[in-house]
Amino acid sequence: MKYIEPHAHMVSRTTDDYQAMAMAGCEIICEPAFWAGFDRTSAQGFYDYYCQLTDYEPKRAAKFGIKHYSWLCINPKEAEDAGFAREVMAIIPEFIDKSNVLGIGEIGLNKNTVSELAIFEEHVAIALKYDLPILIHTPHLEDKLKGTRLIIDALKNANVDPGKVIIDHVEEHTAGLVLDAGFWAGMTLYPESKCSLPRAVDILENFGTENIWMNSACDWGISDPLAVAKCVIEMKKRQHTEELISKVVYDNPVKFLSQSKNFKI
Amino acid sequence: MPSKKDILDLYFMDARHKLIDLAAFLDRIDRHDGEPDYRLEGFHDALKAMQSPGDVPRAQAVLEVLSDHTTEPIPKATIQGAFGAVNKDN
Repeated sequence: MKYIEPHAHMVSRTTDDYQAMAMAGCEIICEPAFWAGFDRTSAQGFYDYYCQLTDYEPKRAAKFGIKHYSWLCINPKEAEDAGFAREVMAIIPEFIDKSNVLGIGEIGLNKNTVSELAIFEEHVAIALKYDLPILIHTPHLEDKLKGTRLIIDALKNANVDPGKVIIDHVEEHTAGLVLDAGFWAGMTLYPESKCSLPRAVDILENFGTENIWMNSACDWGISDPLAVAKCVIEMKKRQHTEELISKVVYDNPVKFLSQSKNFKI
Repeated sequence: MPSKKDILDLYFMDARHKLIDLAAFLDRIDRHDGEPDYRLEGFHDALKAMQSPGDVPRAQAVLEVLSDHTTEPIPKATIQGAFGAVNKDN
């Protein structure tokens, strides 16, 4: 079945992964800017990273017939130093008109700090200024519930159209908060944290299939670039129809991503 | 939609495997020296929530027990990671 991988950090993956994803039916990969596993020491480091996301990585994907899109930001883990974060954010407008840029992301919170929240709000302001969709990272583990609430409050205060925002990494305790507020929700399929494949299908069964997608968020950690393809099989095991499965792994991402002027099937 | 029996057919062995792993994890902690930290208390609280979730689904109840329920942003991050349970002494 053809599918879209709406959240993958391919800069951390091998070319073999591109090949495997193509063979599994992946037609489009979207790559949010993220933490590289270490803190970068200069804005120039981010400049190079944005070049990688907007130039090099699309070419690597194209070798396997996969379209590659990207989201730009400084991730919340590196937003604790607000001065440094603002230096990096000043670079973003230079890349916004690149042909594969979808919007601002993955912004959000990590430890739910004052500084992270301020930088999050400033990213939202950039998205509003350029009329771009937003992809949001919610914190890990014990910090997720609080962070999700803070993020939703900040978005409401900024009068953001919730239909142009996807709040990612939802789990059973945050999916309802996100969807009930009118935002899109993303489920991340991880082997050790976030959602397992059966739990992701549970969330679909409990919360419905409107305004929701699933992704692997594969990166440099323990993660699986074929997680979405495997969840297709999980949904089949649970007797969901091909039509419903396709809605979740293809039609829904197309619907949300089409709000970006650069996104084309 | 699958029946309860279908769900058991699909997931019982996997859930049984994970249940025994949880029991062995707790045995492992009991068997070793030293004092545990707040994570073990959080884990036991989560097990209780799973057994008595109240009016929310079990998975949600467990996640909520393991979540920080404060509402204000903290002044500054002292670490970048997370531990999976809340240290109530902080």
